[in-house]
Amino acid sequence: MLVATGIARGFYGVQALTAADLTVERGTVTGLIGPNGAGKTTMFNCLSGVVPPEGGTVTFEGVDVTGWRPEAIAQAGLVRTFQIARGFPSLTVLESLLLHGDRQPGEGLGAALLGRGRARERALVARAEGVAERLNLTPVLHAMSTELSGGQKKLLEIGRALMGRPRLVLLDEPVAGVNPTLAIEIADRIAALRADGLTFLVVEHDMEIVKRLCDPVVVMAGGATLMQGSFADVVSDPRVQAAYLGTRVA
Amino acid sequence: MESYLLATLTFAGIYALLALGLNVIWGMAGMINLGMAGFFALGAYASALTTTALGLPIAAGVAAAMALAALCGGALSRLTLNLRGDYLAIVTLGFGELIRLIAANEIWLTNGSDGIPGIPGPMRADLTPLQFNALSCALVLTAVAVVWVVAERLRRSPYGRVLRALRDDDVAAAVAGKSVRRFKVQAFALGAGVLGLAGAAYAHFTSYIAPDIFRPLLTIYIFLALTAGGTGNNAGAVLGAALVIAILEGSRFVEPMIPHLNGAQGAALREILIGGTLILVMRLRPQGILAERPPEPERAAQP
Repeated sequence: MLVATGIARGFYGVQALTAADLTVERGTVTGLIGPNGAGKTTMFNCLSGVVPPEGGTVTFEGVDVTGWRPEAIAQAGLVRTFQIARGFPSLTVLESLLLHGDRQPGEGLGAALLGRGRARERALVARAEGVAERLNLTPVLHAMSTELSGGQKKLLEIGRALMGRPRLVLLDEPVAGVNPTLAIEIADRIAALRADGLTFLVVEHDMEIVKRLCDPVVVMAGGATLMQGSFADVVSDPRVQAAYLGTRVA
Repeated sequence: MESYLLATLTFAGIYALLALGLNVIWGMAGMINLGMAGFFALGAYASALTTTALGLPIAAGVAAAMALAALCGGALSRLTLNLRGDYLAIVTLGFGELIRLIAANEIWLTNGSDGIPGIPGPMRADLTPLQFNALSCALVLTAVAVVWVVAERLRRSPYGRVLRALRDDDVAAAVAGKSVRRFKVQAFALGAGVLGLAGAAYAHFTSYIAPDIFRPLLTIYIFLALTAGGTGNNAGAVLGAALVIAILEGSRFVEPMIPHLNGAQGAALREILIGGTLILVMRLRPQGILAERPPEPERAAQP
């Protein structure tokens, strides 16, 4: 579904990605792990168009989307979340969800002035209420997004991604900083969404969650892909252990 | 006295138009625009030259003013798309000064620092000064009402929601599938068009414009009006504009009551009063007198 090959990107002389490859099959929750500085976030930025890659190609559903603008990639059905929940402080939870709704004619300047798009808006509100219901956000639907707890912000990130009718969701650390009980709940919600036909690519440091949720798992280290396999294969691989723990100087 | 009050109300209306225009650019979309006086000048000169040099009717002048200001606003925002915060502030400040310096130096076009006198006003020849002020006041207040309705409609629409989102975080708005470039350029052009309208209103009401009128101080006044009234709130923009005019004009009556004060000191006192008010509002109500509130949501469709 998503194939990235030879992705390269540097920042002022620091080569964050040298040659990263990654494949996401339809209907999976693919994990992306690696030690800090491995290039996971840069990889996400390149896949979602936030940072254009300097080399390599990104193909989504058979279409070459390399170097597309982020809004075009999002509209194509590849939607991401952010590691630190990047909320919109002046929007309510409902508005944050509606913002991600697709095909809203009221977002055209002329249509907005003519007051068009109200029927679409009502349909989107209905969908947003459904998404909020699934993510346990109904009680805070009319709160400002800054008033949410850390866990609710993470759920809202997922909810926003869902509103865009995505086919593939990139989740950047969906459970970081969340207590273990809620982390498992978030993981279960992701698993339920996968069962409904959605595909995920997840960056996560919490290995319990990765083990519970992700198959296969891609390991990155030093700006390149190290290996790809099941969680059990990956943790038993000596190269992965070396990447995480460092190699002994002979 | 009636004539003076009507004139003051007209100026308050022009300030309200400026505050509403700035509110679209800065309040709703979060793009700082310290070049506001430049767009005001563009509108004033465009309308003045269309009606004097070309001899076209005032309506054509107003249309030209709005179109030119909107065009320049759109172009400026397209050029500065990746700038934000302080950097955008400097570029827009430079733009405002650029327009003023062009007006002061391109004498063949603008008559330089002598300014353009004798700009026609609506039916000025047929009316007494009092009647003319009353008509101008009515026209400007109508314009304020129309712009207010348009801006309010925009704010409540999904369009306004996107503007608020990209004011908060434009990368996250792009990831939400919104074309940040389209929204920024449109919003800037629209706001600039309103600033141009204010310029045209000023030119036709006062009948005389010169580069000195369009100093950056005016921009500061309008930012103060918007900040005090409530950034992002259209009613707040109008209220803030009325407040600034009340302070500027009201201090005229207070000055003679204070002994041992010469003219220059009186003018300085006015600035102090304005600055003091801003500090006071920021201390007591940082969100402005009328805070921005999210619009009422639409009700869900029954499935």
